[in-house]
Amino acid sequence: MSELANNFGRRLHYLNADYGVKSWLLTRDHKRIALLYLASISLFFALGGLMAVGIRLELATPGADLVQPDTYNRLFTMHGVLMIFLFLIPSIPATLGNFLIPLMIGAKDLAFPKVNLASWYVYNIAGLFTLWAVAQGGVDTGWTFYTPYSTTYSNSYVVATALGVFTVGFSSIMTAVNFIVTIHRMRAPGLTWFRLPLFVWAHYATSLVIILGTPVVAVTILMVAAERILRIGIFDPALGGDPVLFQHLFWFYSHPAVYIMILPSMGVISELITAFTRKRIFGYKFIAFASVSIAVLGFLVWGHHMFLSSQSVYAGAVFSVLSMLVAVPSAIKVFNWTATLYKGSVSWDTPMLYALGFIGLFTIGGLTGVMLATLGIDIHVHDTYFVVAHFHYVMVGGAIMGYLGGLHFWWPKITGRLYPVFWSKFSAIVIFVGFNLTFFPQFLLGYLGMPRRYHVYPADFQVLNVMSSAGATILGVGYLIPLFYFFWSMRYGERADRNPWGAIGLEWMTGSPPPTHNFHEPPTVDWDAYAYLPDTPGGTGEAWDAAKPTSEAPEHG
Amino acid sequence: MSEHITPIRTYLLIFFALMILTVVTVAVAMVDLGALNDVVAMGIAIFKASLVVLFFMHVKKSRLMTKITVVASAFWLLILFGLTLSDYVTRGFL
Repeated sequence: MSELANNFGRRLHYLNADYGVKSWLLTRDHKRIALLYLASISLFFALGGLMAVGIRLELATPGADLVQPDTYNRLFTMHGVLMIFLFLIPSIPATLGNFLIPLMIGAKDLAFPKVNLASWYVYNIAGLFTLWAVAQGGVDTGWTFYTPYSTTYSNSYVVATALGVFTVGFSSIMTAVNFIVTIHRMRAPGLTWFRLPLFVWAHYATSLVIILGTPVVAVTILMVAAERILRIGIFDPALGGDPVLFQHLFWFYSHPAVYIMILPSMGVISELITAFTRKRIFGYKFIAFASVSIAVLGFLVWGHHMFLSSQSVYAGAVFSVLSMLVAVPSAIKVFNWTATLYKGSVSWDTPMLYALGFIGLFTIGGLTGVMLATLGIDIHVHDTYFVVAHFHYVMVGGAIMGYLGGLHFWWPKITGRLYPVFWSKFSAIVIFVGFNLTFFPQFLLGYLGMPRRYHVYPADFQVLNVMSSAGATILGVGYLIPLFYFFWSMRYGERADRNPWGAIGLEWMTGSPPPTHNFHEPPTVDWDAYAYLPDTPGGTGEAWDAAKPTSEAPEHG
Repeated sequence: MSEHITPIRTYLLIFFALMILTVVTVAVAMVDLGALNDVVAMGIAIFKASLVVLFFMHVKKSRLMTKITVVASAFWLLILFGLTLSDYVTRGFL
């Protein structure tokens, strides 16, 4: 028993195996690193949220009452930079992905545990660098760093911020390499590719995007720095360069980056929908390959950001058609999740609320994306709040809903504690309502012609803007509630057993929280993913049921 | 991964080949070939890069998976260049 229990006679797991600062800061345990990441990204999420508060306060009135125009430029730029590069891109992969991929495939850890730890340090160095740039006065170019704002005309801390973004890219690459190698080489015996949970498939596709795209943005940022510092002509026409080239290079990464944010979230949704309908997923292979095809097609569409940039109309037409193709795998996923709900025994637990919210909001975000891919419509609503609303429906309504849904689903596994049911459902609903109140009016504003990135607007737009600002307040409260009850649950929450949702997957076969090396005996797999009993022909469900109780020592105490 | 030991001679040969090609690049830059200027310069550069990848980075004697990875990344670079050129080349058409 000594091996399985600590000095206080408690079951030994990764959280109580060792205490002390060093055991955290030098840990190579993927589960602890996931928690370190969780702390870091939550900090940047809060900071990015504060910037959003500033933006929405300023926009509550038509005039310029709160901040100077220049400050406003810096607010929306830093909001974008922090939220995209330091929160959304690492959000699900670095926390849930880090924690769950080894558990889901029955491995002891990721393939390169030290690289994993290093990636967290690189992330934090990049974050501190970016914060330093904010403290110095920030950047006013918009998160896209478009030239010539970022080169010829910039008077803010472009190089410092860009270096922060450059550095954080390396942490993504480290994580992605780790995932790819782990998924290729460390799957438990019997866990074939088509038995993998779709969460793993989604992370595999995401990792490919990260590895193929991130180096390009890194090189692009270096080129901007080279032009600013060494006066080498790349983007500046006066030096023989071309400003539009920057947009090509930037969006070659940054459009796929949207899929870096949404694919892991889709992976989470596949897990949630099956667990809370108690059904095998509809069209497993279609969803798996849809992830991969989104990753591939995502690289062929970047020009739809550039319809009005003096890009050739012929290239515009090509990018327009290619962009619409992405709708196909996305729709496959949405339809398959919906088909999974059909005749399932649906339960309305908190994670499921987020999953259903995701499906609705992502569908709106995705379909408005098809509208924007249409050349004619895009010319009308280009750079208006319609675009702002569209990408917030995908990134907040999609990616963050998935992130929070996943966090609520695996929180008992991560901490071994349950959170309050009432408050979690309450906050899920508050977030859904607040989100829609914030961003739906922005579709109308954009359609009516309100451009983005201005701190003043005609008085006619005030009602919709006040609705949006009010919604942002509600959304903010919705995000704060989980912060409180998650902290509360770590100490006072009811203890969770190994599998509080009755879900299927290797991660639910080990203790909550899992032991340091995840499984006391290496598991073998002879069932398909999501082998829930009601509709499993061929006894895969029984195989799961037989395997379930064996591979773990006593629960608590 | 691979247990092959590449003889020093190979490294030296590749090194001299790279040096000679560098000289050729500089020499060609002095001659105006018109439209072929970029093509020749890029052609030599790609050839040199391939030498580095195949021999210095040992891809020639690596496993199939590594080779697929290298080819896939090169293909991705082609997407970047190809679709970007779809803009630059067709701008004058209208």
